[in-house]
Amino acid sequence: MGSVRLYAAVAAGSFRRYATYRVATAAGVFTNTVFGLILVYTYLALWDERPQLGGYDQAQAVTYVWLGQALFATLALQGGGFEAELLERIRTGAVVIDLYRPADLQLWWFAADFGRSAFQLLGRGVIPFAFGTLVFPSALPADPLVWLRFLLALLLATLVSFGIRFLVALSGFWLLDGTGALRMLMVTGMFCTGMALPLNAFPEPLGGIVRALPWSAMLQMPADLLMGETGALGTYAFQAGWAVVLLLLGRMVQTAATRRVVVQGG
Amino acid sequence: MGEAREGSGVREGSGGAVVDAFIELDRVEKVFDVRRRTGFLRRERRQVRAVDGLSFTVARGEIVGYIGPNGAGKSTTIKMLTGILTPSGGRLRVAGIDPARERTRLAHRIGVVFGQRTTLWWDLPLIDSYRLAHRMYRIPDARYRENLDRLVELLDLESLLEVPVRQLSLGQRMRGDIAAALLHDPEVLYLDEPTIGLDVVSKARVREFLGELNTERGTTVLLTTHDLQDIERLCSRVMVIDHGRMMYDGPLAGLHEAGESERTLVVDLERELPPIEAGPAARVVRVEGPRQWLAFPASQSAAPLVARIAAEYPLVDLSVREPDIETVIGRMYADKETVVPGAGNS
Repeated sequence: MGSVRLYAAVAAGSFRRYATYRVATAAGVFTNTVFGLILVYTYLALWDERPQLGGYDQAQAVTYVWLGQALFATLALQGGGFEAELLERIRTGAVVIDLYRPADLQLWWFAADFGRSAFQLLGRGVIPFAFGTLVFPSALPADPLVWLRFLLALLLATLVSFGIRFLVALSGFWLLDGTGALRMLMVTGMFCTGMALPLNAFPEPLGGIVRALPWSAMLQMPADLLMGETGALGTYAFQAGWAVVLLLLGRMVQTAATRRVVVQGG
Repeated sequence: MGEAREGSGVREGSGGAVVDAFIELDRVEKVFDVRRRTGFLRRERRQVRAVDGLSFTVARGEIVGYIGPNGAGKSTTIKMLTGILTPSGGRLRVAGIDPARERTRLAHRIGVVFGQRTTLWWDLPLIDSYRLAHRMYRIPDARYRENLDRLVELLDLESLLEVPVRQLSLGQRMRGDIAAALLHDPEVLYLDEPTIGLDVVSKARVREFLGELNTERGTTVLLTTHDLQDIERLCSRVMVIDHGRMMYDGPLAGLHEAGESERTLVVDLERELPPIEAGPAARVVRVEGPRQWLAFPASQSAAPLVARIAAEYPLVDLSVREPDIETVIGRMYADKETVVPGAGNS
């Protein structure tokens, strides 16, 4: 049980660490609100032209936008989590500290990223979401059980999100400079999570493909679960399936990386 | 894979009888594959021997200086001793454990301070890093509190505990890092450049603490440094490594002989004269007006030389300068560099 306490301490520390940057948090809340507004008006215009696009009505489209803004930082949909830090630590060689600790690299960074997610949800996600769904007509469930199911889906989404970004971070052991990998994470994130447009609204066959990719486990599926567009079990199975694949892959890459590690510098 | 070259480097005795070999290296090698782009799509593969047939033992409770120029293989050795890097060949044991195989188990028994990196949590108060170490090393509560109190007192950290690490000065941070490495009572402490960038007062403080740690708690210390004063103050034994090979292993005093170091006699004469002729052992290395500098072997007494000059020349004043370790080691490197083909990877 000792290790549970360790990783809990890592997560708690990470939470507090993000909490120390209040101005950054306030700026984030502001940015997400402004982006939300821009997207909402764009979507409203789009859904005026194409009612029921992707199976959503206008209220659902609006809700989707604010959910996206709330989860943007929480799930690091376009990056901005631990991965940039780990890449930098690999580049500078500071990763020796992480490798030398009597702790597991993947678990350590998951705990740290989970703490960050928790803070970002509370500190940065809740306000734009509350603001947006109060000001605009929205489609939120009244049943608390649905919210509970949604929270569980978010939990699984953190695993998938971490799984992808852990692989991106580990690429640093081979690439040494992670700028390109981060850029790709950002672009694929914007497109494949459905931050730009709900994946339901993508033309076929592109929509089918994108919805099968792990990115759809982060925003699209939890959103559909919250708005009653899809069932809980199917969502969880999809999320858990991708989480297992990505985390196992991460573990394999981690083993390979630490075996060939050439710690940079000094 | 590289062929096992016979380690032809100077392998001095292990510095005293092998009583309780806590750290043991037997012909340890570390070879890195370095790929270099030599043209479009063309790459050249080259092997760099960072550590080349290195053998030494460190007994429990020893405090050993481990020195060498940049790229000599010091940090690579430390990384192998912590299990981060796996040796390409040879045998390596710390407390009977093979570090690369049982890195996590070993980590509970060793402490590491990487001078240029920090194990501390950058954005959070110092105390948070210690609380994390408490969990990470599963230190029993009572022992954690006891150790923390002691380290806080010895390293004067009381007023810093609530300060975010990023706001600490380099010297404060280093003391914080040293405390973090010792909370779990490690049997051995590896210090990789612990005084780098510190001011004189901070350096003295760190040295004093390390000396006490070694004498009072019997902690084995392996100290990597560029600062030769660290060695002079703390270590009775020095290991010098270059190009991944042991160049010298023994007491500090013996280093001078190994480096064929020279002392300098500075002679002030009454007037400008041609270079002094004082026999085969001494030679004039510099003349500036009436002042002349003569170099002679450090192992030799200055008395006969002084007597001879006083008898034959119009002497006004003279002084003898001891060689500093830096030049001694520098000379040692200069000598060996011609023997060992370059393989540095700084």
